Amino acid sequence: MKKTAVTALSASLLNCRTCHKLNQAQPLPRGCHQLCSRCGTRLYFRKPNSLARSWALTITALILYIPANLLPVMTVISYGRGKPNTILSGVTHLIAAGMYPIALIVFVASIIVPIVKLIAIICLLISVQKKSRWHPRQRTMLYRITEGIGRWSMLDIFVIGILTALVKLGSIATIEPGIGAVFFAGVVITTILAAMSFDPRLIWDAMEKEQ
Amino acid sequence: MTKTAGNALIACHDCDLLFRARPLRNSERAACPRCGAVLYHKRPQTISRALIYSLTALIFFGLANFFPFMTFKMQGREQVTFLVSGGLELFQQGFRGLGILVLAVGVLLPFLRIIGTLYVLIPLEFNLVVWKAKETFKFVEAITPWAMMEVLMLGVIVAYVKLIDITTIVLGTSLYSFAALILFMTLSSAALEPIEVWARLEQRS
Repeated sequence: MKKTAVTALSASLLNCRTCHKLNQAQPLPRGCHQLCSRCGTRLYFRKPNSLARSWALTITALILYIPANLLPVMTVISYGRGKPNTILSGVTHLIAAGMYPIALIVFVASIIVPIVKLIAIICLLISVQKKSRWHPRQRTMLYRITEGIGRWSMLDIFVIGILTALVKLGSIATIEPGIGAVFFAGVVITTILAAMSFDPRLIWDAMEKEQ
Repeated sequence: MTKTAGNALIACHDCDLLFRARPLRNSERAACPRCGAVLYHKRPQTISRALIYSLTALIFFGLANFFPFMTFKMQGREQVTFLVSGGLELFQQGFRGLGILVLAVGVLLPFLRIIGTLYVLIPLEFNLVVWKAKETFKFVEAITPWAMMEVLMLGVIVAYVKLIDITTIVLGTSLYSFAALILFMTLSSAALEPIEVWARLEQRS
């Protein structure tokens, strides 16, 4: 049997999340917070209310995900005729036009990444709550990937901004942003925040107990 | 505490394992033995190199904002856009929050990141610590995940490919400067070891 790992928590050391200095935990009255002696960041053994915050943001993202995909993210108006585009129809137009590589990029960034991210965070949250001891290293890796890929979902928001600014030719052709884009940006931000709120050390805490 | 945490104790930020850091040779990196997280790198002349790359990035940032970004030509009409146009246009069309978000993550936060890094690193290169240096560096570290220039660049490519079939798009000097800006920002982050900056800031104050 492997001997129990020594963690910063078991040694009463607080690891500063900004500058990574280890601070000896001081006994403090209730309601007081210890600040990092080097950079002044508030210190916690684990991110505060990590699971609750992460769940709240994930559920918000799931709710926003529905209007983000159903409502038009932009409307192309050409000679008076408006054509609303959703996230998915944007991809199908690209496929229909034969632009496969770009279609793949947009499909991955706008559709695959948000879904994979949401599923990954939910799996991580559930596994931590069930105190699972299943492959902690792989789950930590999953967390790192989840945190790293989130930003790429902003792609469609940037594309909408650029197209709106470029295509402004009055009656010939105009592109207007749609309300779906606001919900989509909401999904991107809430999933990034949900990943940030999750504390991967919770995965490992389950390994220390009952060993 | 010596540079790059000499033989000091360190804890893994991903799994909380506590262990003694051994000094690294140049270009070596320390990974957590339990979860594999990369904890720090020994980067040669980390501050000087990050400083030079950040200064170069600042110059390209200026150029990227000064020149036209993309020009759209259709049936004799021209629409010139600048780096900030996408965000501004969303804002003006009533999508205020979206416009602010696009301007922030695409332009403002990258700018603050460069300026903040330089504000801390230039004096540190001469062994000086300026007013609010720690707070500034803390701010830089906090905004880093939200500076998304490379995603904006990919957005430009997607928008370009979408329009190129139906019209003419002229890519401006600004776009090339923006690409260079991303390159030098990446080089700067690859050269910089924040833990060493924190150790130096602590020594000098």
